[in-house]
Amino acid sequence: MTYLDGNAAEPLRPAARAALLAALEQVGNPSSVHAPGRAARRLLEEARESLAAGFGARPADVVFTSGGTEADALALHAFAPGRRVIIGATEHEAIRAAVPDAEILPVDRSGVADLAALQAMLEANGPVLLALMLANNETGVLHPIAEAARICRRFGALLHVDAVQAAGRMPVDLSALGATSLALSSHKLGGPTGAGALLLAPEAAQHFRPLIEGGGQERGRRGGTPSVAAIAGFAAAARDAPPALKPLRDEAEQAACAAGAIVLGTGAPRLDNTTSLALPSVKAETQVIALDLAGVAVSAGAACSSGKVAESHVLKAMGAGALAGQAIRVSLPWNATIADVRHFASAYAEMAARLLRVAA
Amino acid sequence: MQRPNRPVYLDNQATTPCDPRVVEAMLPWFTEQFGNPASVEHVLGRAAEAAVEEARGAVAALIGASSSEIVFTSGATESNNLAIKGAARFARSMGDPRLRIVTVATEHKCVLESVSDLGAEGFEPVFLPVRPDGLLDPATLDAALAEPTLLVSVMAVNNETGVIQDIPALATRARAAGALFHTDAAQAGGKIAIDVRAWDVDLLSLSAHKLYGPKGIGALFVRRRPRVRLAPLLSGGGQERGLRSGTLPAPLIVGFGVAARLGLAEQAEDEARIFALRSRLLSALRAAVPGLRLNGSAGARIAGNLNLTFPEATAAGLMEAAPDLCISTGSACSSAAIEPSYVLRAMGLSAAEAARTLRVGIGRFTSAADIDFAAAALAAAHTAALAA
Repeated sequence: MTYLDGNAAEPLRPAARAALLAALEQVGNPSSVHAPGRAARRLLEEARESLAAGFGARPADVVFTSGGTEADALALHAFAPGRRVIIGATEHEAIRAAVPDAEILPVDRSGVADLAALQAMLEANGPVLLALMLANNETGVLHPIAEAARICRRFGALLHVDAVQAAGRMPVDLSALGATSLALSSHKLGGPTGAGALLLAPEAAQHFRPLIEGGGQERGRRGGTPSVAAIAGFAAAARDAPPALKPLRDEAEQAACAAGAIVLGTGAPRLDNTTSLALPSVKAETQVIALDLAGVAVSAGAACSSGKVAESHVLKAMGAGALAGQAIRVSLPWNATIADVRHFASAYAEMAARLLRVAA
Repeated sequence: MQRPNRPVYLDNQATTPCDPRVVEAMLPWFTEQFGNPASVEHVLGRAAEAAVEEARGAVAALIGASSSEIVFTSGATESNNLAIKGAARFARSMGDPRLRIVTVATEHKCVLESVSDLGAEGFEPVFLPVRPDGLLDPATLDAALAEPTLLVSVMAVNNETGVIQDIPALATRARAAGALFHTDAAQAGGKIAIDVRAWDVDLLSLSAHKLYGPKGIGALFVRRRPRVRLAPLLSGGGQERGLRSGTLPAPLIVGFGVAARLGLAEQAEDEARIFALRSRLLSALRAAVPGLRLNGSAGARIAGNLNLTFPEATAAGLMEAAPDLCISTGSACSSAAIEPSYVLRAMGLSAAEAARTLRVGIGRFTSAADIDFAAAALAAAHTAALAA
């Protein structure tokens, strides 16, 4: 099978596997003071230091969570009280569902946040929390976070950045971005599922309040025994260099376009591994099923909502119109090969020829 | 006294080693089968989804529930937060006027903090005292239930003393008064038989790493009939029927499932062996340390726990003198803090007595040799402390 759904879950990286297996052998609870407890604590703190160094934060400002969704929820819970909340129009459901009545920052046709609109929204009264993702999960489109952060700073607004899809695929540095907080997920960067982190800028601590309480772990910012083995694997995966996938992605895109696809979000800087391919007048579900039968795993959008058949809010926000229900996401995992891309290209061409004939 | 080639681990209430059978079952789901269980459009996702559902069935079977009543979380702390805050906030959103949330002074910190937090939201927290043996007197609960009560949360097994509350009796009272009943069963799973129907509970929290499963995964039982409604803590992708969003960590869930299956199959056998080991340790220590006191009910207590107050030596001193023995002074979460145990204080121990108290947690992988080593090490540590 050819797996091209890395944005749903990346395969485990070898370094992560080794770290995970070693950590599973450890017995202790990292809060215990005896030798096994201290050994578990050491693993946890090494992971914390490694992630802090890798993503531009101080070790004390790394809060481990169960994953990206919890990291996003924690940031909103901590920073939203007393503030107007503005979110990007193409944010992940983890953000959208947590603040259903948030104001929406529009994006342009390429999927990039409209910073002039942001400025206008911030000129209105009241303190603001902005949630803006670094890379979109469906299109790979990158938002200009550093510029958004400068604008936020000028107006005293806080900025939470969901970097779940960007981390591991491009350099990500909280301090260089100038954001208030950054959400990360282990399994999106080649670590095991069940771990994530919220990284905080030094000044963010004053606003903080926990979402899951009890036990006093993570400096009182997140209660519960940490998932030490998954966290050790997470940190190991994060140390690996981002894979060079652009040539492969571009080849897949060219093949799909030759077969009739339209690439969405091309006007913007994008992640190197992701492409959103619309096949006019063919439903996304139909395409995904056809490719699955041909042994190619892709998705019709975010994995969380894969079970549901709904038009992509991301593509609709970009003004894609009917194409919003006709696009599939192809996202190359870190270990994708040229053979994978060629398999995809032939399966896609065969599928497009057949389905476009049916549609016509 | 022979030194073991590794420290003897007698802290199984802080966390348990992952059973090798659990590790083996998890590995393929970390590596070859890495799909996202929500990616039902392709074969890797569907395989992960099927594995998650099989594990859900095993966790449900452990407590006599049906699969559709199990919500996976990151652990018992999250389960407890979700149960308590989720039930209270949902009831309020439906216009329920009741504000009273009743719990017990000896609960785990995460329950106490969740209830206190609701106090800050305008609810009325009530913390009930326990008897000197650690048990909640049902009459004490009855008195608290005289006021309209939204939720009662009482742990099944205490994490420091191993004392087993009479959940069926307490739940019946709470439910008769119209309150929801939640129990934190993190320390009970695989240790005592659990039957959510016989117990008549609405919500029940479990943790995998307390029953020889991996850290980072737990579950909340949410009763279907009559249906218990909760406001979620984590929103997003809508996983777990909207009660808990976030990618399901399939490998951890598979590990939890195997741990639950083993817990159900081997609980009686484990319990008998562990109980014999505990009796052996207690007899040896009583012979060596006159005046040694066992805290908490001796009868209503899980097999693996001893909570012991020494007549003179401090717990810190004993632990220092027995470095090859992994034991604790109480709850792991706060063991770095040196405050006296609030659980023991609630049972009437003085701060000085609490400071002379050790928790011993015997588990599935404890051997008779481990017990003999521990008895000798603690006796020697006690003698040394007296001489000093």
